[in-house]
This record gives sequence, structure tokens and C-alpha cells, in this order.
Amino acid sequence: MNFFAIKTSPIAASEYAREWDKLYAYLMAVSVFFTVAICGVIIFFAVRYRRRSDADRPAPTKDGKLLEILGSVIPFILVMVMFFWGAKLYFDARIPPKDAIEILVTGKQWMWKMQHPNGKREINDLHVPVGVPIKLTMTSEDVIHSFYLPDFRKKMDVLPGKYTQMWFLPEQEGRYHLFCAEYCGTEHALMIGNLHVVSQAEYERWLSTGGTGGMAAAANADDPVAAGQALWEVHCMMACHTGRPGAIGPNIHHAFGTMRELETGEFVLMDENYVRNSMINPNDDIAKGYPAAMTSFRGTLNNNQMNQIIAYLKSVAEDAP
Amino acid sequence: MNDNNTTPPLNYLTNGHTVKSWLLTVDHKRIGILYLIAMTCFFLIGATAATLFRLELATHNANVLANDTYNRLFTMHGIIMVFFFLIPAVPGVLGNFFVPLMIGAKDVAFPRLNLASWYIYMAGGLFTLAAIIGGGIDTGWTFYTPYSSVYADSHVILAGTGVFITGFSSILTGLNFIVTIHKMRAPGLTWMRLPLFIWAQYSTAIINVLGTPVLAITLLLVLAERVLGFGIFDPQKGGDPVLYQHMFWFYSHPAVYIMILPGFGVVSEVLACFSRKRIYGYEFVAFSSLAIAAIGFFVWGHHMFTSSQSPYAGLIFSILTYLVGIPTAIKIFNWTATLYKGSVQLSAPMLYTLGFIGLFLVGGLTGLFLATKAINVHLHDTYFVVAHFHYVMVGGMMMAWLAGLHFWWPKMFGKLYNEFWARVGAVIIFFGFNFTFFPQFIAGYMGMPRRYHVYDIEYQPFQMLSTAGAFFMGIGLIICLVTLVSSLITGKASGKNPWKATGLEWNYASSPPDTHNFTVPIKVDVEAYDYTDERIYQDA
Repeated sequence: MNFFAIKTSPIAASEYAREWDKLYAYLMAVSVFFTVAICGVIIFFAVRYRRRSDADRPAPTKDGKLLEILGSVIPFILVMVMFFWGAKLYFDARIPPKDAIEILVTGKQWMWKMQHPNGKREINDLHVPVGVPIKLTMTSEDVIHSFYLPDFRKKMDVLPGKYTQMWFLPEQEGRYHLFCAEYCGTEHALMIGNLHVVSQAEYERWLSTGGTGGMAAAANADDPVAAGQALWEVHCMMACHTGRPGAIGPNIHHAFGTMRELETGEFVLMDENYVRNSMINPNDDIAKGYPAAMTSFRGTLNNNQMNQIIAYLKSVAEDAP
Repeated sequence: MNDNNTTPPLNYLTNGHTVKSWLLTVDHKRIGILYLIAMTCFFLIGATAATLFRLELATHNANVLANDTYNRLFTMHGIIMVFFFLIPAVPGVLGNFFVPLMIGAKDVAFPRLNLASWYIYMAGGLFTLAAIIGGGIDTGWTFYTPYSSVYADSHVILAGTGVFITGFSSILTGLNFIVTIHKMRAPGLTWMRLPLFIWAQYSTAIINVLGTPVLAITLLLVLAERVLGFGIFDPQKGGDPVLYQHMFWFYSHPAVYIMILPGFGVVSEVLACFSRKRIYGYEFVAFSSLAIAAIGFFVWGHHMFTSSQSPYAGLIFSILTYLVGIPTAIKIFNWTATLYKGSVQLSAPMLYTLGFIGLFLVGGLTGLFLATKAINVHLHDTYFVVAHFHYVMVGGMMMAWLAGLHFWWPKMFGKLYNEFWARVGAVIIFFGFNFTFFPQFIAGYMGMPRRYHVYDIEYQPFQMLSTAGAFFMGIGLIICLVTLVSSLITGKASGKNPWKATGLEWNYASSPPDTHNFTVPIKVDVEAYDYTDERIYQDA
């Protein structure tokens, strides 16, 4: 759609975006049909049955059930199609593929900080290779933000004290909008950036050099896995959590991504949020068969350090990619 | 003339001219007028804020307002319009004035409590105004934590207290209407003979009484965290910011029905009168209000699809949101069917009402987009949402409010406004509104986030159209205001029932009504909207 050479629809930058556009087209068709039909009928009635004389005394219409039944059933069927189609599209695209590159995103008033798997960081720019699924693990240092890639039809809130995830598959090289969608204060409108989809080769080159956008950092100088391992050892986590005989805590060293049984009989997935919460509020989820003996790392470990420990645990997990 | 022999010398307007006689009145009609004056002032403040930031948004860079000023203005616009105009407009003014008149009662059940409600509303309003004068508040009307409770450097406490206080006005008015409608109907006025305006007020009152306390609690917790440092929503202290969103929307989603249901009531009255037909499917329209009020309490999570709430919970909220659309669709079909073989007169209130149906329809249908999980993810927090709720709230509620105001104006003041200019105002507001908000759907679909004071140049054409439309709409509103106010001085006397409408207020009360509403005992022996009853056509 184009009028006066003004762009009136967003780029569809991925297979998901094109599927999204199909559902949007269905919704649009239903909406335009009902808007035109009902407004048309109203205008027709208003003209056809206009008051011709003040002595008009229209005969009452007898209430029938037909309109009420059709008026409930037809819209019900149409919206149920919307519901199932929308839910399917959402759930099919919810879990990131196993081979996705994981990038850590931290929102902060008013900037986006990104960290690539080898530790390289950039701000407000995100370089990704074309054709590879990208998984974003996101958290905030202050208020709620929201990571929004309109051309990919994806958005996820970024919260303090919690990790959220989002993923997308870039198909075409280019530069795309990146916005903060959740109002976050004075410079909310400037918490924007660019997603640069580049070729595999260029991404590799970019990763290993100073790069073009954002803050330059030498590769591996800030390797989160190595830093996480150091923290793991410094804070003696291996004493309790590596399955040594008589250890006071459960062995979680190679368990990232598995289900853990709790004292309550529940099972929970050991994911980023679980690890993070266990470090801050260790007594929230007590592992089955172990005492509530762990002390909180609140104030001891900062956001970045918790990210590093999680990165380390992921790297040594049994089903690590 | 029915009232030739017992015309009393004083009506409610002439019964006392002192300021005290107004400020200490317990007459529901005078209290309605007090609300009308206060609310018009709040509306103008909210509209002024909108004018300023619309000017800023005309171009993509910041050339009128600084970032902080912009943020304070859209927050003020939201808070004032939602809590001090949309929520209390129809119940406060038209509800107070007409609920007793339409059910044949002398006053509401608790007249002094009614006056107290107005003072509470004013007190809340003054706190909010103090926050604005003191430098404003920049959290958005949604007060999301932890921004509002920890990070914002503006008058959250004053504005939060203002909204907290004014909530009690809603609760007490709701309570008053529930009791009044249950206990004070005239003999013969059974539930199924009630005007649909009363059904709508009744449904609204129930939501007000059940929902508003939750908002009060939520705001109190925000203030406790901000002032006393309690850890409730701030994760630094072990709180959960998403908990706030659940609590806030548990009230604020039903609140959109608090805003729109009274508008539905107005639309039914006007539509019946100007097509001289009983509302088609009266029972369905009446009970659909109750159904909306009930289901409306269980859909709040559709504001939170991207908030990290459980995706399975999101699924439930999504399906329930569609279900609340069904009774709404029923209403629209029934209103349309009411016109069939009627005697349709396109007077000013009717133009507003037909405009309402068209705009509310677009607002409702775009609501289906936002209820669809995958679609919502892209459109959430963009201009699509802004356009959607303005279609519902302004295109719907404000048009209904103006329809009601024009419809009952002759009854309230005994004067006829200039019909030509009233129609001109209605038409300009309708087109100006579409001109303002339709381009925002496209901007949102293209991905423009809301609450941005500077933005990418590709969205500029839509924002520019929107700003131009807003001025067009502003002209319409000024014409409407001047037409109504000037009628008080130059308008012709309206007589008791100028539109030849059914209803006790038109057929038993004079215009303007007497202090005690009715001079004859009332006994109802007809169904609602019986436009075949010759008695209503007798009064000139």
C-alpha cells in the first residue's frame, strides 16, 4: 500500500513477520467488512426511513431471536479463528531453536547494552549474522523497558530482577529499527538503536576486531564464561553444589536446563531466572532433601556477575550446545 | 399542555441564587450541574495539554517542548481525562441529574452522601492540580512501577493521592445509584420497564463499587513504597514490578467499561427517541451491560501479553477478551436494527449517536487485533493502541457524552440550542476525530512506539495529519461549546418535551424540573420506549 510515495507498512524481515502479516490481513478483512456493512446499513436506514412528517408513527418491530443468535454465533466463530490462529502463531514461535546465538541484553535508562557470546559488548547497536537464529536474554538495571524490533513483529518487556527472552531469525542483511517500547522516563524516546544484520563473514570479522558500532572491546578480554568460572570458585559455590560427599547443597554444576525437584514436590526448570532467584532469594525454592542453609548473594554479586555465573553454568551443562 | 394548572413558581435553578445555595445543595440536579462545571474545566485542562503535545508531535524532532515537559503533558492529559472526565462524566452529570427523574424519584437515596461525593471529587482534583502546578508528574497515567515508586523525580505522591481520593467519589456515587435504582422506582416501573440508561448506570455502579477499592489499594502500595520504602514492587527490595501491573489493570480494565457503559445507556435513549422505536432486543441490550460488567473483570491480563506474565495465563485472558466482545457486538446489531422502519430524524444528538456507533465499532474491531496474542506483541505500546483506545474513549464515550448533553440540555436548562450550529459542531467533531486518530493506526502498525517526543522521520506524515485533525476537532468542540452556552442566554424556551420522547423525565417533569422533580404522583403502566403511546406527542 502506497499513497503519495509515503511508506504505510513496515518491512517484513522474517518468515515469522510474513506469517504475522497474513493473520493481520485476516483481521483487517473481518474489520473492514463489518465496518462497511454496519455503517452502510445505518446510512441506508437513516435515509430510507427518514422522518417525512412529524405525524410519523412507525409500527413497533417485534423482537425476534434470530438477530441475537446470528449476532452471537457468527462473531463467535470469527473471533475463535482469530484466537486459535493468534495463539498458534505465538506458541509456535515461542521457544528459541537450540542452535541460536545467545546475546545478553541489559536495559538501562536510557541505553541498550548488548554482550555477544565471546564477551564483546556494544551499546544501542546490535550486530548479528544473517541466517542464524538469535536468542536475546534480557534484563534491566533500573526500570521496566521493552525490546522492540518492529520489522520482526517481536517485542518483549525487559524487567529488573528477572530475565526475559525473545528470539528472531534475520533473513536479509540490512539495518532495522530497535526501540524501547515501555515508557521509562525522560529520554525514553532516545532509547533506540539499530539492528545490523550482516553476513556471516562480516560478523566473525566484527566479533574479533574493534567493530564499527558501539564500544570497542578486545575479544575475550571480558569472556563471561571465564569470569563466571572464577566467580564460581571465588565464592566457593563448588564446595556446596558440585556433588561432593556430604555437600550441604544439591549438585547443580552440570544441571542447567534440567528439571529440579523441590521440597514441596514440585518440579521447576533450572533456567536463568531460577539460578538468579536462587542466588538472591535462596529460600524461595528449596531442593528436595537439602536444608535451607544457603545465604543470599544479594549485595555481593552485581547484575553482571550473576550473568557471568549463569553463562558459566550454561557452558558446563550436560546438554550444552 | 398537561402541566397548565400546577406550574410552580420555582424550578431547581431559580430556587436560591446564592453561592451557598449551590455549594450546600443536596438537590441531585444542582449537584449534577456542579459536576458539569467542574468536569468541563478538567476537560479543558486535559485538552490544552493535548493541544501542546500534538503541536510538538507534528514534526519528528523536538522543537516545541523539551523531553520532560512532553512527558509531563501526556501524563497530565491521561490522568485528567481518565479520572476526572471519562470516568465521572456521564454518571456524575447525567446520572445524577436523570437517574431519579427517570425512575420517578424525588432525589437519590442518600442526597447528603451525593454532595459529599462531589466534594471528594473536587478534593482529588485539587490534589492533582497541585501536582501539576508544583511541576507535574511524568509517570504516564498508568503509574508503572518501579519507575513511579522509585525512579521518577516528579510529583507522584500528590497526583497519586489525588486519584486515590477521587476514587471514593466513584464508590459512593455507585453505592448511591445502586440503592436508588433498587429502592426508589415509581410504582409500576418494573426492572424490565426501566430505560436502558438506568440499566447502564446500574451496571457501571456495580463495577465502581467492586473495582475502585482495588485501585485505591494499589496506589496506596505505590505510595508506601515511595514514601516509606516498603518493598512491594521494587525488585531491589524483593518486590515484583509485574504484580503492580496485575493490580492496576484489575481495576483499570473494568474502568474502561465504567467509562463506556454509561455511554451505551445514552445511545439507547437517543436512538429510540429519534427513530421513534423501542430499542430492538431490549432484554439483550439490558443484560449485555451486566454481562460486560461481569466478564470485564477477568480480562485484565490482555494488557500484559509482553510483560513476562505466563503465556498460558495470556491465553485465558485472550479468549475471555473475545468473549466480552460478543455482548458488545449484540448491542451494535440491536442499535442498528432499531432504525429499521423507524422514523429517523438526524438532529444533533442523533448525529452524535450515529457517529458513536461508527467510531465505537472501529474501536471495538481494533480491540480484536489487540486481543490476538501474536498480533498484540507487535502492536502493544505503539500508536495502534493509542488510536484504538481513543476510538473507544473519545469516538465512543465522548461522542455519547455530547449526544446525551445535547439530548437532555433542554430538560436541564429549559432552553433550545441552535440546531443548525449544533449539527455543524457534530459533523466537524466526527470528521476531525477520524482525521486525528485514523493515521495513528498506520503509524502504530508501522511500529511507532507511544510516548515518544522525538521519532523517526518515516512516521512524520501520520503525526502531521494527526495534529492537523486535532485542530479541526478543536474547532468543532468550540462550536459545540459556544452553541450550548449561548443557548442559555438566547435560546428559545424548550417546553416540557421538545423531542417527543418517552420517559418519566420528559413527560412528568417540567423543563427545567421543579426542585422536587414531580408535582403529580407517578404510576407507570407502559413498557419502556413505547413510541406508539399518543400521550407523549400531545405536549407542544
